[in-house]
Amino acid sequence: MTDVIAVTGLTKRFGPKLVVDNFDITVPRGAIYGFLGPNGSGKTTTIRMLCGLLTPDGGQGTCLGFDILKQPDKIKEQVGYMTQKFSLYEDLSIRENLDFIGRMYRIRNRKQRVAQALEDLGLANRAKQLAGTLSGGWKQRLALAACLLHDPQLLLLDEPTAGVDPKARRDFWDEIRRLSAKGVTVLVSTHYMDEAVQCDRIAYIAYGKKLIDGPSADIPKQVGLITWRVEGPDLGTLEQRLKTLPGVEQVARFGASLHVSGTDKAALDHTVDALKAEGTHRWTEQIAGLEEAFIYLMAGSRDNFALDSGKAA
Amino acid sequence: MFSFARFSAVLVKEFIQMRRDRVTFAMMIGLPIVQLMLFGFAINADPRHLPTLVELGDNGPITRAIIASMQNSDYFDFRGAVNGGTEGAAALRRGDVNFVVVIPQNFERDVMRGRHPEILIDADASDPSAVGGAAGAVGGIIQVAITETLTGPLAAMAGTPQPFSVSVHRQYNPEGKTSTNIVPGLLAIILSMTMVMITAVAIVKETERGTMEMLIATPVRPLEVMSGKILPYVFVGYVQTLVFLAVAGAVFRVPFEGSFWPFFLGFNLFIVVNLALGFLISTAARSQMQAMQLSFFTILPSILLSGFMFPFAGMPAWAQLLGSAVPATHFLRITRKVMLKGAQLADVGPEMGALVIILLVISAIAMLRYRQTLD
Repeated sequence: MTDVIAVTGLTKRFGPKLVVDNFDITVPRGAIYGFLGPNGSGKTTTIRMLCGLLTPDGGQGTCLGFDILKQPDKIKEQVGYMTQKFSLYEDLSIRENLDFIGRMYRIRNRKQRVAQALEDLGLANRAKQLAGTLSGGWKQRLALAACLLHDPQLLLLDEPTAGVDPKARRDFWDEIRRLSAKGVTVLVSTHYMDEAVQCDRIAYIAYGKKLIDGPSADIPKQVGLITWRVEGPDLGTLEQRLKTLPGVEQVARFGASLHVSGTDKAALDHTVDALKAEGTHRWTEQIAGLEEAFIYLMAGSRDNFALDSGKAA
Repeated sequence: MFSFARFSAVLVKEFIQMRRDRVTFAMMIGLPIVQLMLFGFAINADPRHLPTLVELGDNGPITRAIIASMQNSDYFDFRGAVNGGTEGAAALRRGDVNFVVVIPQNFERDVMRGRHPEILIDADASDPSAVGGAAGAVGGIIQVAITETLTGPLAAMAGTPQPFSVSVHRQYNPEGKTSTNIVPGLLAIILSMTMVMITAVAIVKETERGTMEMLIATPVRPLEVMSGKILPYVFVGYVQTLVFLAVAGAVFRVPFEGSFWPFFLGFNLFIVVNLALGFLISTAARSQMQAMQLSFFTILPSILLSGFMFPFAGMPAWAQLLGSAVPATHFLRITRKVMLKGAQLADVGPEMGALVIILLVISAIAMLRYRQTLD
């Protein structure tokens, strides 16, 4: 068995609202799998269904070889789940929190394991401090340590680095890659592109539907985006003008340049040629990056949604 | 598979959190004392239609006139006649009736002969506000009955002094002290208030702070979480009851007439009922604020309909029915019976039964509503 997660047709409704719509996912052992998508797209709901916190309304499959519908208790034993919000007890000390989690999983040699975790965290001398008094970065490290205490086979991380400084984020990802190398499978949801590129595979989710799924390097190709970089004076005026021209589907500002993208190469080239002739700006064609691809997907999915609701009305 | 290790981990965690939560701690000790002091003053009422038994040693026209006028006064509601003295006393102790009227044998003949016989009225003064008005009015009522009955040749006897006397025995609370009545009842109110609220808030707090999500992502079972979370509050109930009994005895000099066991069993049962109610509320509330509001909603009937503030006998039938569904109603009777009337286990049987029924209903609803998942 090489696939840690193999699920098809996962569906969840909250009242009349379809939150996760017919979701398929396969995650091989040891992979780092990224979930991307706008807020409210169903990432958290999907993760919660995979670890048995929510009962799916439809779908089937296995997680760590156990049936997600019938054996959630078995799955829970081997999954480490890190919630989006800090969910350890703020009024318990660091040691008390780790000890409590250790007892929940009934791990062996609990005292040594907790002591070791405190040592690894570098919090051994602050073990009696209340968890609620820690800063955001430290809370995140503590939460990760807590969900690793029982040596899980699968880590489910729901926006683990939200509100954490860049240095702490970098350290966090070093740890994730180290775990992945040891054979731990990681499923992580994120909003950050620099984190997305570190994933082996990425699923892009919007409004409960998986729009795209593949190795992170292939995503821009799958989207089929052609991008021109523009540099020069008065980019603001140019940006407004570009948005009205044929073939231009997306204009995004990247530092001191504009990235102009579209999927219709002929139309876009025609527009760019005309503007090049004006000679005011420098134009360079480049390979579309992950970030343009996702901005494009996000804009597109919103349009689809508007169209759907328009039809319904 | 109930894991004792996980259960005790939840239990220990809950105690640590309780110790660090100063407000809960203050509420646990302070509330019984503050409430006792606040409610120490009198709340009076003049209820009517109080259930009464009569022991007829005589059945002449004067006796019939006295009984009729007592009935007409609206204060007394005759529920039947008893023969021996113990039967009436037992009914009084059970709380079935508030009064037992004893007309002595040969009452009528003794009146005629000018022997001034005595009508004895046994009153259950453990609830003085319930019987006070009626007991005060009874003398006048009988006087009127006599004047109307003794006519013709006997009219001379109707004048003063009365041809017989009426003597009211205030039982269980001879001085008619309101605090003696209020204080034992207050235990029911204090326990309802804190037990329901603390339990509901403690459980909802996990959901509100997001820790419930982490907790149910671990292999812990719902029963382990629930028993581990609830048991510490049973302990809180014990502490409150001890504080209460100490203050009640030391400050208000409330007697403790009955035996320990009926009280102990009754109060354990009542604590469990309240914890179940708090648990039920926690399944409906989404925030600690909502849990507080819902808890408060259950406290009002406990105060108003249980017979704590207003005599139960004075309420209309529909209100008595509602009041019977309130757990505090039954525990209040248990504490009054045991502390003031010296009741034994058998005397509090009906109240225990009622509490068990309420517990079963509440637990069944709560279990149906509880979810192991976040849905």
